[in-house]
Amino acid sequence: MTAVTAKRPRQALSGRRVREWLTFLAFVLPNVALIAVFIYRPLFQNIYYSTLNWTLGSKFATPVGLGNYRDFFASGEASKVLTTTAIFTVATVGLTLVLGLGVALALNRRLPGAGFAQATVFAPYILSGYGVGLAWLYIFDPNIGALSAVLRDVGLNSPEWINSPPWTLTMVIIVYVWKNLGYAAVVYLAGLQAVPGELLEAADLDGAGPVRRFFTVTLPLLSPTTFFLMVTTILSSLQAFDLLIAMDKLGRGARTLIFDAYLTGFKEQSQAGYSAMLSTVLFAILVVLTLVQLIVVERRVHYR
Amino acid sequence: MSATAPSRRVRLTPLTVRDYLILLLAVLVVVLPLGYMFLASFKGPGDLATTDLVVFPEVWKPENYSEAAQKVSFGRLFLNSSIVTVVGAGLKVLLAILTAYGLVFCEFPGKKYVFWGVLATMMVPPQVTALPNFVFISSLGGENTYWGLILPGLGTGFGTFLLRQSFMQLPYEVIEAAHLDGAGHWRRLWHCVVPMSLPSIATVALVAVVYEWNDYLWPLIIITDPEMMTLPRGLTLLQNSESAASSFGVLMAGTVMVLLPILAVFAILQRHIVNGFTQGGVKG
Repeated sequence: MTAVTAKRPRQALSGRRVREWLTFLAFVLPNVALIAVFIYRPLFQNIYYSTLNWTLGSKFATPVGLGNYRDFFASGEASKVLTTTAIFTVATVGLTLVLGLGVALALNRRLPGAGFAQATVFAPYILSGYGVGLAWLYIFDPNIGALSAVLRDVGLNSPEWINSPPWTLTMVIIVYVWKNLGYAAVVYLAGLQAVPGELLEAADLDGAGPVRRFFTVTLPLLSPTTFFLMVTTILSSLQAFDLLIAMDKLGRGARTLIFDAYLTGFKEQSQAGYSAMLSTVLFAILVVLTLVQLIVVERRVHYR
Repeated sequence: MSATAPSRRVRLTPLTVRDYLILLLAVLVVVLPLGYMFLASFKGPGDLATTDLVVFPEVWKPENYSEAAQKVSFGRLFLNSSIVTVVGAGLKVLLAILTAYGLVFCEFPGKKYVFWGVLATMMVPPQVTALPNFVFISSLGGENTYWGLILPGLGTGFGTFLLRQSFMQLPYEVIEAAHLDGAGHWRRLWHCVVPMSLPSIATVALVAVVYEWNDYLWPLIIITDPEMMTLPRGLTLLQNSESAASSFGVLMAGTVMVLLPILAVFAILQRHIVNGFTQGGVKG
């Protein structure tokens, strides 16, 4: 403390100041240290790992530079995995937003019982993805599941949800949307409640029907909410894991980028370097998306 | 129709009916699968290994639960999950309170950058850090231990962010008055700031509880000893040992044990939980 005081004699209050700084550090340091050790350190270490040819558990690793990246992007694997990731993300985000908005519109009329409906629809969002996946796996089972029995009653054969990759991906998308729909509905509901009633009334007086009012007044006013939801649901879809591994243990249909990173790193051949490359690619995608969000939000603030 | 009360809020127009149908459909889509899973947890092989739609078990078989508990020691797993959830969420909230207090009420050059550094962690999913953290924790001997399970997830950007927002909205005069009365930072924190922010703290705590209880990837990686597994991790073990269709009942019994505690908490505190999850992002 005295050293600092001596260096900057200009500040008479130095002692008190330094005490204040130390207090700040005492408050903040435990969390910051944990973040540094368990988030930032591994983040950069992961990038380093991604340049190695290294089997998890082995003491030896060979530096291969960008070799892992080249292997991934030059082989057919990148297009396969990235296509699966894109299909999963676009389908889950699109369905979650459209269905969530539908439910929010119904909730917004504040009918008796709407509170109960809102809580019920939200509930799956907070459940264990792994547990939810198992419960639905039983329903989807092509032989003994409830869904196949219902389909048979209406004269349809159950698709091979478990053994045919495209159907597996479809199944996982359906269950993921089921689980996340309530989140979008609640966020949209908050957006809808902020839509000024006078605007809708004015449109009504101008002779716009309910459909037109929705598309010309409500939907444009909801665009910030839509944008927010789009970003958050894209980010969480890219990180979806529990549900996928519960329903598609070997990753035959729903092998998205993150699922691939787990399987190649910890299962199969335990290729830790290759796995680190995959999660680095995922992180790069997340950073780009977040930056896009920040830039767009910034723009919106300026225009207001 | 006859029951239409003279209230201005509800009129049974076609639109009201349509919206009721939408809500009813949405509720059924959520409740039916969960109810079906719950009923399946009481079904024996006869009700399960059939192509017919059996909703209610012909023979109720609560033994599924004891059988699940034999295959995987669910009592122990429940204890592990509870320990990890209470300790993990408790420490996370404490860290968030301290960090948010420092960021709002203490002075420090470059405080803004510390905040951005903490906030930016919300962009880093645990999956990206899992592999290096696994290598690091296992080199310290943390495999199959409580501390190895809890420690890497404690640093929190989300909790800090939410509590910082809440602390900034507190009436400054009250805290200033305490300051003038000679209360130091520590006293001001626990006697002024925390009591005034209890709803936000509860929200952060609930989000952390849900997150810790459901966490799957990290326990999957760091725990291999069945005695140290958390509940979702234990389900994997059960799923691997129960591949026959007729044993779905046992698997569903295990699943009910994972889902039900969180559903019960949600039933009581749903408003706080919904608020927590819809304010600023997804991560605990």
